[in-house]
Amino acid sequence: MSDLISASFLTAVFVSMLSYGIPVLLAAIGQTIDQRAGVLDIGVEGTMLIGCYVGFAAAYEFDSIWIGFLAAAVAGAVVSLVVIVLHIRLRLDVVVIGIATVILAQGTTSVLFNVQYASKYPRLGAPLRVAIPWLSEIPVIGPAVFNAHPVMYGTLILALVVAWMLKSTRFGLNLRAAGDSPEALDRSGVSVLGTRAAAHGFAGAMAGLAGGYMVLVSAGVFVPLMVNGAGFVALMVTMLARGRMALVGIGSLLFGGALALVTALQLAGINIPSDLIQLLPFAMLILVLFTFSGRAGLPPYLARPYERGAR
Amino acid sequence: MTSDEARLASGWRRSSWTRNLLLAGGPVVGAVLASMLLLWLLGRDPIEFYRNVVQSGLLSTFGLQESINRAGPLLVISAGLVLAFKANIWHLGIDGCFLLGAVLAAGVGPLLYQHMFNPLLLIILGLLGAIAGALWSAPPAYLKAKYQVNEIVTTLIMTSTGVLFAQFLVKAVFQDPVSKAAAQTRVLPMDERLPRLFGTRIHLGVVIGLVVVLGAHYFITRTPVGMRLQIMGANIRAARHFGFNTDRLGYLSFYLGGALFGLAGALSIIGDWGVVGEGWNPAWGFLVVPLVFLARKNALSSIIFVAAFSVLSIGGELATRRAGLPNDFQLVILGLVLLFMTISEWLYAAHERNTAHLTKHRKQAGSEGEVGLGKDTSVTDTLVRDA
Repeated sequence: MSDLISASFLTAVFVSMLSYGIPVLLAAIGQTIDQRAGVLDIGVEGTMLIGCYVGFAAAYEFDSIWIGFLAAAVAGAVVSLVVIVLHIRLRLDVVVIGIATVILAQGTTSVLFNVQYASKYPRLGAPLRVAIPWLSEIPVIGPAVFNAHPVMYGTLILALVVAWMLKSTRFGLNLRAAGDSPEALDRSGVSVLGTRAAAHGFAGAMAGLAGGYMVLVSAGVFVPLMVNGAGFVALMVTMLARGRMALVGIGSLLFGGALALVTALQLAGINIPSDLIQLLPFAMLILVLFTFSGRAGLPPYLARPYERGAR
Repeated sequence: MTSDEARLASGWRRSSWTRNLLLAGGPVVGAVLASMLLLWLLGRDPIEFYRNVVQSGLLSTFGLQESINRAGPLLVISAGLVLAFKANIWHLGIDGCFLLGAVLAAGVGPLLYQHMFNPLLLIILGLLGAIAGALWSAPPAYLKAKYQVNEIVTTLIMTSTGVLFAQFLVKAVFQDPVSKAAAQTRVLPMDERLPRLFGTRIHLGVVIGLVVVLGAHYFITRTPVGMRLQIMGANIRAARHFGFNTDRLGYLSFYLGGALFGLAGALSIIGDWGVVGEGWNPAWGFLVVPLVFLARKNALSSIIFVAAFSVLSIGGELATRRAGLPNDFQLVILGLVLLFMTISEWLYAAHERNTAHLTKHRKQAGSEGEVGLGKDTSVTDTLVRDA
């Protein structure tokens, strides 16, 4: 038992925590912007799944993980057009559109994978690792956190940039106004629909990237329905964090950590049914809700389409 | 008489008839056509696919009976969704409640059947499933009532949790000691399941489903509490203004919905399967949601759509296998239905706006105003009213 809690074992746990947590964080960064601007994106689960499939197919066909990431982000942005046109522009119910997106994405990716790759079950090459000098030599954490794929570093930097943008720039103020008080934004001469469309397009691209990270870096293979609720978790984490990026980061990584615990306990040979441990992060979310929901802080115009002059 | 006046004189009833028919039928036809196009693009024979669906889901004796059996639990789920959606409670935690109900029925049933005579056992199992589903809906209901936490996300989280917890129960609590290969519950013997009707394979499940749907429809449209739920769903501020306890109504809607999802799970076990194996999750929840939307949240009209979906579900199994596609192709069809439905809503609303001067007169004639997903009229409603 004692040699199981070795440095390399702990490193493996950290690696697995990041490989589960980073996709959730990527999606949640996009969702933060989206929700601040007043768009509730139930379809994020489906967008991630499409990002997974397109990222996988592109990376496999062109034999390049970078093209995979690019394709995943573009696919996510294209999927976001559905909500931009039907909800933001035409004011249709965003929840119905979100459910439709999830169902369609699940069906389409599963059918396409089955038709194109099911006979081969191809596996992608091992992802690139970039070691940061000095830092990667820290025991335990170093090899896990500072010897990872560049997109992971990019995600962490992006989280900081987005937090700064939301807080301190004019555009960030516009975004928050689109969710808090769209009428005021409209009167100050900024297009509410344009602001929301920009926010949602970004969120879609981020969800696509999240799917891409899942399949290209974390898993290496595509499995139908592989997102498995991570999109809903990103949605939940974002709602709980109420726009604060530090909480988004902590929530995403905690979720990743709980899933990593499953792997860890299995490796350690401790015989607890894996379902019970997988259930932990969800139970944790509900508990967190019970404890901290008192101070609800969702944008008042979340999921409500904007129509000039309507009351 | 101008053409406008002629359309007025022909009365609003017919136009609302055609409207409902178009709004319900249009998306279905559109989705079938679009999915046929997809099949053709994938190099499959679209005509052959749908012929197989109808042949094995509706026209073969065995398939028809299976389709009818499949409809039972689906009807119960749709009744639960109507009770939730009418009150504007977005209870999407269907699969979690369903699976917990199913696992409890499959876990407890085989332990009890020797000590009990049949109808009582089945009633207990159904109640057990319903209670499990209602309990599993309690956290989102509480969070919604107390802190206004959005129930869409909380119910989705509860459903993920419920599915995993049900799998855990199968392996850790109700595991059949005899079967070592794969984790599964003990099996409820054939004789102890729901009775079959008239010597066919059809069992009582579909009758229970129909009774539940009719009961839900009666409750929501003909009782004071049901009326209050509808008012709350249409306008929660008005409901508060009338002095309704909207928190309590919200709880009620959550519990009723969850209870019916759990009952559907139990029904599925005591009717069809008799056992829950490792990893079993039919995930019907998200598939029934589009049907209920299509029925404009009306329990009676949802019968038609559930029946059609049951045929697709049973016939689709063979048709997708023959076409060399995964069963998930059904998800594509239903997703398309939902997408086309939102678009046809918009088309209709745009049409209404363009004929605004007509709408005004028609309102005086007694028609309902504009249509939206929140407003509920349906083919069957009109049928009933015209009769």
